[in-house]
Amino acid sequence: MLPPDYWQTLRLTLALASCTTALLLLLGLPLAYALAHGRSRLKPLLEAVVSLPLVLPPTVIGFYLLLAFSDSTAVGQFLINNLGLSLNFTFSGILAGSLVYSLPFMVQPLQAGFKQVPHSLTEAAYTLGKSRLTTLWRVLLPNMKPALLNGAVLTFAHTLGEFGVVLMIGGSLPGRTRVASIAIYDEVQSLHYDQANAYAFTLLAVAFVILVALYWFTKRDAARLS
Amino acid sequence: MIDFHLTKALHTTAGPRTLDVALTLAPGELVALSGPSGAGKTTLLRLLAGLSKPDSGFLTFDGQPWYDRARRQWLPPQQRPLGFVFQEYALFPNMTVRQNLAFAAESQPDARRIVDELLELLELIELAERRPAVLSGGQQQRVALARALARRPRLLLLDEPLSALDLPTRLRLQDALAEVHGQFKLTTILISHDPAEIARLADRVVELDLGQVRRVGPPVAPAAPATVVGRVLAALPGGRLRVQLPGGAAVEVSGMAGVGEEIALTVDVARTL
Repeated sequence: MLPPDYWQTLRLTLALASCTTALLLLLGLPLAYALAHGRSRLKPLLEAVVSLPLVLPPTVIGFYLLLAFSDSTAVGQFLINNLGLSLNFTFSGILAGSLVYSLPFMVQPLQAGFKQVPHSLTEAAYTLGKSRLTTLWRVLLPNMKPALLNGAVLTFAHTLGEFGVVLMIGGSLPGRTRVASIAIYDEVQSLHYDQANAYAFTLLAVAFVILVALYWFTKRDAARLS
Repeated sequence: MIDFHLTKALHTTAGPRTLDVALTLAPGELVALSGPSGAGKTTLLRLLAGLSKPDSGFLTFDGQPWYDRARRQWLPPQQRPLGFVFQEYALFPNMTVRQNLAFAAESQPDARRIVDELLELLELIELAERRPAVLSGGQQQRVALARALARRPRLLLLDEPLSALDLPTRLRLQDALAEVHGQFKLTTILISHDPAEIARLADRVVELDLGQVRRVGPPVAPAAPATVVGRVLAALPGGRLRVQLPGGAAVEVSGMAGVGEEIALTVDVARTL
């Protein structure tokens, strides 16, 4: 038997993962390019910041974001009064949290992808009169498709499994911030093991299918380009 | 006409040096750059292309300043009408041969015709729909040359385009280069280590060493093939012969001859380099 909020929760979970993936693709590309080819002395600092979510407990990220979004801090007051963004316990809030939490899962594959494309391809495009943007769009990105796919899939799957950050800044409001991983926790707390299992098995199946698709496509693409 | 005096710090195996080269090329001239590795040949080519920035000096092409330290001018590579052929080809793996050329030609008004003509000139028509990964080194370098020409450049820069190829392929590509040069009369700078290749293609040769010009002048024709007569000592398995040379030393060669016979051996100095 499916839990009463099953579809609503699943829709919210997939919406959060999709939005996070799409936004991180846009934000991650320039960041990954800068990390792959930048020569700034501040690069190690930037790299450390990007990788922090890998090693920090999600509750730490969630705690500081909770503070940053609340009206008791200067940042929060700026967000609320100047931008009209009241982020705590909203979908936008958990989306912002997911962007931080999943950042390394997007940036690191893209950074590796940019590094693996020979620099001579970029230079060849320049000597053919192509702008940086044309070179990125027509030469670099098509030659790092596995990295793009890898970043997108890992980000998506990782966001599906997010728990601590969402719980800290989103709580568990059905239809607004209660994603599948939190629903599992709630159901177990109420001793509804069947309903917890419905969510848990769905996440397990989705994650498995996504990863199989990723590795299958990566293998096929590698065979095609080599 | 191209006129320049450029300097740039070099990091050679012999320690830090300064690349310092001044040169003027006549329109349509083909100049070969030669010299040991670390001499600064590739660096010079990259400075001319705008892929690296010089430390000081100037560079003018047909009266247009491409770089002038004193006036703080620097034209990015995209705006220099040149074709660059990389030693490692640098073809776009995601595009077919035709797409590689079309990508280069797309800013030209008659792009389609340019691509078709270049495919034909460099004998690439049958390979046009293939991707670079399935082509041999020689085929890839023909594509790279065609692609460099597709933009209708006025200066052609070739960074050791033939050095990674075997001898027969190299000779065929020399033919292709000679034909391209005859047809387009492009001012060309070619990095090469092969005296035969330089003698065949270049009007002038510039020898660099440790960043400095050692010699500028006409190419030196490579020594004529030397012929010696040797006596066959023994026939070895696999069609090999042991031959005694006049000096007394013995060498092994491939061939057929009876023991005790005298045979002529030709040593092609240029091609063994």
